Amino acid sequence: MMLAAAAAFAVIMAKINEIVGPRRETDEKVTTYESGMEPVRTARERFSVKYYMVAVLFILFDIEIVFLYPWAVSFRQLGLHGFVVMFVFMFVLLVGFVYVWRKGALEWD
Amino acid sequence: MVTLTSYLILSAAMFIIGATGVLVRRNAIIVFMSIELMLNSVNLTLVAFSAFLGDSTGQALVFFVMTVAAAEAAVGLAIVIALFRRKQTVNLDEINILKW
Amino acid sequence: MNTYLTDILQSGALMITTITGIVLLLVEANRRGRPATSFALAIVGLLAAGMTALIQMPAHGTGFSGMVQTGGFASFFAALFAVAGAMTIALSRSYLARIGWFRGEYAILTVFAVVGMMLIAASNDLIILFLGVELMSVCLYVLAGLARVRDRSNEAALKYFLLGAFATGFLLYGIALIYGAVGSTNFEAISAAFPAISAHIMFLAGAGLVVVGLSFKVSAVPFHMWAPDVYEGAPTTVSALMSTAAKAAAFSGFLVLFVRTFHFVGAGLNTVLAVIAAASMILGNVVAIAQTNIKRMLAYSSIAHAGYMLAGVAAANAIGLMGVAFYLVAYAFMNIGAFAVVSMVEDDHEQHLTLDDYAGLSKQRPLVAALMAVFMFALAGVPPFAGFFGKYYVFLAAVEGKMTWLAIVGVLTSLISAYYYLRIVVLMYFRDGAADVAAKPSVLTMVTVVLAALLVLQLGITPSVVVQAAQRFF
Repeated sequence: MMLAAAAAFAVIMAKINEIVGPRRETDEKVTTYESGMEPVRTARERFSVKYYMVAVLFILFDIEIVFLYPWAVSFRQLGLHGFVVMFVFMFVLLVGFVYVWRKGALEWD
Repeated sequence: MVTLTSYLILSAAMFIIGATGVLVRRNAIIVFMSIELMLNSVNLTLVAFSAFLGDSTGQALVFFVMTVAAAEAAVGLAIVIALFRRKQTVNLDEINILKW
Repeated sequence: MNTYLTDILQSGALMITTITGIVLLLVEANRRGRPATSFALAIVGLLAAGMTALIQMPAHGTGFSGMVQTGGFASFFAALFAVAGAMTIALSRSYLARIGWFRGEYAILTVFAVVGMMLIAASNDLIILFLGVELMSVCLYVLAGLARVRDRSNEAALKYFLLGAFATGFLLYGIALIYGAVGSTNFEAISAAFPAISAHIMFLAGAGLVVVGLSFKVSAVPFHMWAPDVYEGAPTTVSALMSTAAKAAAFSGFLVLFVRTFHFVGAGLNTVLAVIAAASMILGNVVAIAQTNIKRMLAYSSIAHAGYMLAGVAAANAIGLMGVAFYLVAYAFMNIGAFAVVSMVEDDHEQHLTLDDYAGLSKQRPLVAALMAVFMFALAGVPPFAGFFGKYYVFLAAVEGKMTWLAIVGVLTSLISAYYYLRIVVLMYFRDGAADVAAKPSVLTMVTVVLAALLVLQLGITPSVVVQAAQRFF
């Protein structure tokens, strides 16, 4: 009951503000907020597929590193076994990296 | 007091929003984002169970889900790019040589 | 440290396949490496893995802290996946060269997809099951879109990816709910929680969602919509892999989870599975009649076969399990063979894929036509070919499992299916036409297809070899 009343009050106040409040859309107001910088031109343009390649590879290798955190936290308990296993994991990741590198996916030109 | 049920209801709601998004949206990228929302709602469920059961398996599974989702995102976006280069569209209604 | 070594040795097939994949990546990274080298290495590696799996089949146990199972069931399926993977790679060599996509990555992706399938069959924990399904699926998404300048291939990849990822969401949500209900992801712990857990609403919801996720992967009605489009659009040899090994992998997931872990206690899940099975048989077979594109026809036939196999799972008895295992082996060889013939008849520009293109094939390529006839008879379930015993066992299981109605639906729809399978045989032998096989098939392709045909015949004459192996698993 209280929750419903609170929600209704919030909605009603927002609506009143919207209906009663004055509206003046100046250039400054409708422009994209860029932390105080002036937007130079539209952001919706096509850019080179090379950015995409780098971005995708970044996502992959970046996310795989997440496995290192739990391992690092419990490193002492896991001991040598954990160490070896993590190196196997890093080796597999390294093979992937070598593949990407030799295929030329990291070359910009 | 936040109970397990609140988390489960929130994640179920997120899952349903994601599933609805997949079914009603026609832009391939937005459909894909809805799928990611579904996966993340599952992550929330897993973390909630993990915390309330006092068992860490759920959190381990969350790590796997995150990495798998990243791999899937890479492959999925690559497929969308390949398609866009051929057809100049990501609208699923226009991708229709093969009848559904 | 010692147990670690034992773990690795115990799951030999899985390790050999994984190492093959890593070596292939390094070979491909070497710029002088040629695709032919990768293909040869992949075939050798997969065959070695298959042999190892067969040798290790009698030893049954678990490894890696109870995360995977070794020997027995896992080895049986590992051998099947390895052989199916090796066969599709062998078939692809000349086909891909012809359509201009002869790349080493094809071999790498196939090998890693096989690793994923082996993980599903070997899983003893929901985490491994999930990882296996995803490893397999991600590789198959890429394989479906391999020919990336072809519109159809692109479109197939996108549809497969979006619907596949959607299904993954359901599978994963199901896994999360089961974990929440039981408090563990380990199959032994889940199994031990029965029968107390079987009426738990959260568990039932989880199991239901897992059914949805896995049904999608086996392309059972009503989660089949992707199959015809993807099988039609993907390169033909990729369709062969998807319709056989990938389907078998998803079925091994069904068997591991629903039969071994859940024991079908209470739940009423087998009724749900029976309804899905019946719907798949009816829709697959009826719609297949209307198809003019052979790849689409095989896709609907594949949906129907998923229905027959699900009938065996739904029956939930020993014969059903054995029947499904046998059916999967038999189906793998017949369908790989059928898609192989399609890939031979297909020309370099996605033409010659309609049924009419098979008219008069027997005059131009007698051997190819004869092989196709073998596969069609086998798919229709005509004795003495392997398909007959597969159907016999699953229908028998349905009757014993007090689901006689399911067996009746199965037999009736099998009769319908004979029409569209035998139509191709009639076209090849009794119609005149300008059947025009694009190129002379390579020796490697022919050897593989003949091998598949011989296996189909062999399994039909002596099914006991596989049956006895399969009977010991449960």
